[in-house]
Amino acid sequence: MVPEPFEIVVKRRDTTDTWTFELEPRSGEPLQFAAGQFTMLSAGGAGEVPISISGDPDRPERLVHTVRAVGLATRAICDADPGRVLGVRGPFGTAWPVDEVRGMDVVIGAGGIGLAPLRPALMSLLARREGYGRLVLMYGGRSPDQLLYPDELADWADRGFEVLVTVDSAGPEWLGHVGVVTRLVRRAELDWTATAAMLCGPEVMMRFMVAALVDQGAQGENIYASMERNMQCGIGHCGHCQLGPTLVCRDGPVYCWSELAPWLAIREL
Amino acid sequence: MKGLEELIADASVFAGLDSASLSLIAGCAGNEHVRAGTFLFQEGEQADRFYLIRHGAVSLEVHAPAAGSRVIETLGEGEVVGWSWLFKPFRWQFDARATAPTRLVAFDGACLRGKCDADHELGYQLMERFASAMLERLQATRLQLLDVYGNARASA
Repeated sequence: MVPEPFEIVVKRRDTTDTWTFELEPRSGEPLQFAAGQFTMLSAGGAGEVPISISGDPDRPERLVHTVRAVGLATRAICDADPGRVLGVRGPFGTAWPVDEVRGMDVVIGAGGIGLAPLRPALMSLLARREGYGRLVLMYGGRSPDQLLYPDELADWADRGFEVLVTVDSAGPEWLGHVGVVTRLVRRAELDWTATAAMLCGPEVMMRFMVAALVDQGAQGENIYASMERNMQCGIGHCGHCQLGPTLVCRDGPVYCWSELAPWLAIREL
Repeated sequence: MKGLEELIADASVFAGLDSASLSLIAGCAGNEHVRAGTFLFQEGEQADRFYLIRHGAVSLEVHAPAAGSRVIETLGEGEVVGWSWLFKPFRWQFDARATAPTRLVAFDGACLRGKCDADHELGYQLMERFASAMLERLQATRLQLLDVYGNARASA
């Protein structure tokens, strides 16, 4: 429960309000984690927030987090510069089923900053490329300047991902796709019955994405989503992040959609 | 090389039509090729055609005096561009611009409307298919309007 000190060694600006940090543990002990897990991150007395790990699970020497400045705690983190020490607890939560979906085609469906929690899964899939069928990234953002990791998108495409990017709004200079991310589903001609999907983004986007995937023939038990609730303790004690009979910090954040769907049908849950 | 009838039959918007209907539709169609940057139509013009994209991409745009042009949606292979030809006052509401070299099947809207008036079964079949495509795009637009990436997910 006690935060470990991690020093910021690299800080990169991704968009107007989003930064990626690379952290090194003061203890020298790498933080081993699985793709999909999160830590509780804090900067001084501004409070703790759950932030998904966005680095490569095969390279745990540096802990990588992409953070969007939207509240007191995240603003304090985003204001911190290299050399500053942040508090880290974790890693916590469940992982993307990277091993379980071997042999299948895999769709990564990301919306906005939801690409950050999926980045470790994407890296793991690429590191074991021969173990999977087609790998397709469907990534939707608000506008071209709000897309995360633009250089890496090109690199992932070179290394075997089919990268489909769309934005909600753009000027005429943008030659890429404009439209909601769900519209990309129909364009990817996959054997949907043998395709696994991993989704992360705003909940409403994931709901519509699942509907589009199921319409195409994907099976609920092959669809996984990363959920966000009010995680505070991170270890299943405080109950703030309850979702149906589960606690997101302990039983999530990654859930199989067929287990999750009944609870999401209940409003305000 | 595929003939017009075959190209039309492959498009999802015409899926399931019998060969007689496909033949009637093909009678109002022709192939076109446009360069990147070409406007297929512009806002305010008479809507007397529509297009099926065979290869390439077309953006739907709206121009606002202070904000310049904004792309509302991009359409790609197998998708239909334009339905203002179906409804009065037959006037385009947006600009459509090819964003890449694009091959299209172009349809004469007035010709097809005439055939639909003469053959209501064909008219029903076409209207059903266009309504379905319009519904899909309406629902996508509603989701787009939610601006879900604006504030929904605070941090990764």
